[in-house]
Amino acid sequence: MVIEFKSKPSILANGAVAGPLEKKSVFYSYFDSVIEDERWNEKTNEQGHATMILEACDIVMKKANIKNLDVDFFLSGDLVNQMTPSNFAARELAISFIGLFSACATSVSSVIIASLLTELGASQLAIAGAASQHNAIERQFRYPIEYGGKKPATAQWTVTAAGYALVGKHNPEYPSVVAATVGKVVDVGDTNPFHMGGAMAPAAYDTINAHLTKRNQKFQDYDLIMTGDLGKVGLKILKAMFAQNGVKPEELQLLRDAGAEFYGEDQAFLAGASGAGCSAAVYFSYIIQQLKSGRFKRVLLCATGALLSPLSFQQGESIPCTAHAIELTME
Amino acid sequence: MEQEQYKNLEQQVTPPTPYFMNALKAFLVGGIICTIGHAITYFYIIFFDFTEKTVGNPTVSTMIFLSMLLTGFGLYKKLGQYAGAGSAVPVTGFGNAVISAAIEHRTEGVVLGVGGNIFKLAGSVILFGVASAFFVALIKLILVSIGVVQW
Repeated sequence: MVIEFKSKPSILANGAVAGPLEKKSVFYSYFDSVIEDERWNEKTNEQGHATMILEACDIVMKKANIKNLDVDFFLSGDLVNQMTPSNFAARELAISFIGLFSACATSVSSVIIASLLTELGASQLAIAGAASQHNAIERQFRYPIEYGGKKPATAQWTVTAAGYALVGKHNPEYPSVVAATVGKVVDVGDTNPFHMGGAMAPAAYDTINAHLTKRNQKFQDYDLIMTGDLGKVGLKILKAMFAQNGVKPEELQLLRDAGAEFYGEDQAFLAGASGAGCSAAVYFSYIIQQLKSGRFKRVLLCATGALLSPLSFQQGESIPCTAHAIELTME
Repeated sequence: MEQEQYKNLEQQVTPPTPYFMNALKAFLVGGIICTIGHAITYFYIIFFDFTEKTVGNPTVSTMIFLSMLLTGFGLYKKLGQYAGAGSAVPVTGFGNAVISAAIEHRTEGVVLGVGGNIFKLAGSVILFGVASAFFVALIKLILVSIGVVQW
């Protein structure tokens, strides 16, 4: 389903924070803050996760020179059970809050909801975004952190990062959300939780295709089309899918993936980064800054999410995936 | 695109699992771990009052202690990523599975956290280890009773 925003809500401020290992990220210089302690000086990983969300939101509010009372809505999600880090951060923020779960696609689904609320006139200012904390997520979805299991080359590394954006009424000096596509849930029957890129690529394909068709656009209409966390292997699969459908190699160069690029060529991170914070931190730092500087005029951000749980995977269910996209422009 | 077509495409693009290299690495690292274990066995026999029959327990405890140190310092997971089954199958891998779960759940308290989750990964090893030991002993008992082999 493609939504066209007549009022063109703008992203008035952005904030991205990351953990210690994320210093190795190629996007490191774009992050607002990087902390030395993975737990953000809290007692547990989950508390640290919530504090990280709070810090990112504080940065957003400071940049816009506003206080929490000025914000109408807080839309956030993460990957921990029942999204407690987002809930606990919302407790401190005391802003009307809706928790959202689209797995790693929450970075974009939250901005879509914020833009709709803005277009409706219900919201003057809304903070939207997503986060993930490596230890808190890994322990839930996979094995204990210190367990010495071997991961295949297709596995990805959950980032410790949070990215949030302040969505408000149209302002020509800031990047604007002109259209969005809410993705369907696509399931090709993949069951390997160590190969999420392969499971998610068809969802990204479906959403990008739907967006371009409905908007009557081509790849060249964009300066960049960036998926969320397909990783190196998933991105290759997505490119192969587009190539099979007649997209030329030079057009495919416009297609990039935040997860595949996040840690550069470091082999220790296998197929690259993943997690709700991966796309959020890249979109709401690097991408927004590139738009503001005028280097990009029109981008399509397509965040991908694998909608599995450890339980569903153990019960032999395949991995349903989704992808949500927003089209941002800079005048 | 049909599901089958997609599966083919996915398989073409996905790098193949290097089974031979994985097996080779596992063989080397697993072998080294067992050699260290054997050296410890000799150490206890030569320097202490242990026999070949009684040396098993102190050797296993020492190996698990070493595994605990490596796990605590975050090194065993790195070894595991390189060696795969080579570091998972020996008793040090069992130790790593127990200790990593204990460290992980420390934040949920000593009883419900550590106590309730310490065998989260190793529990199935214990269950199937004990069960298969029982059946192997049963087979041997039958073979001894009918005179095929001796104890």
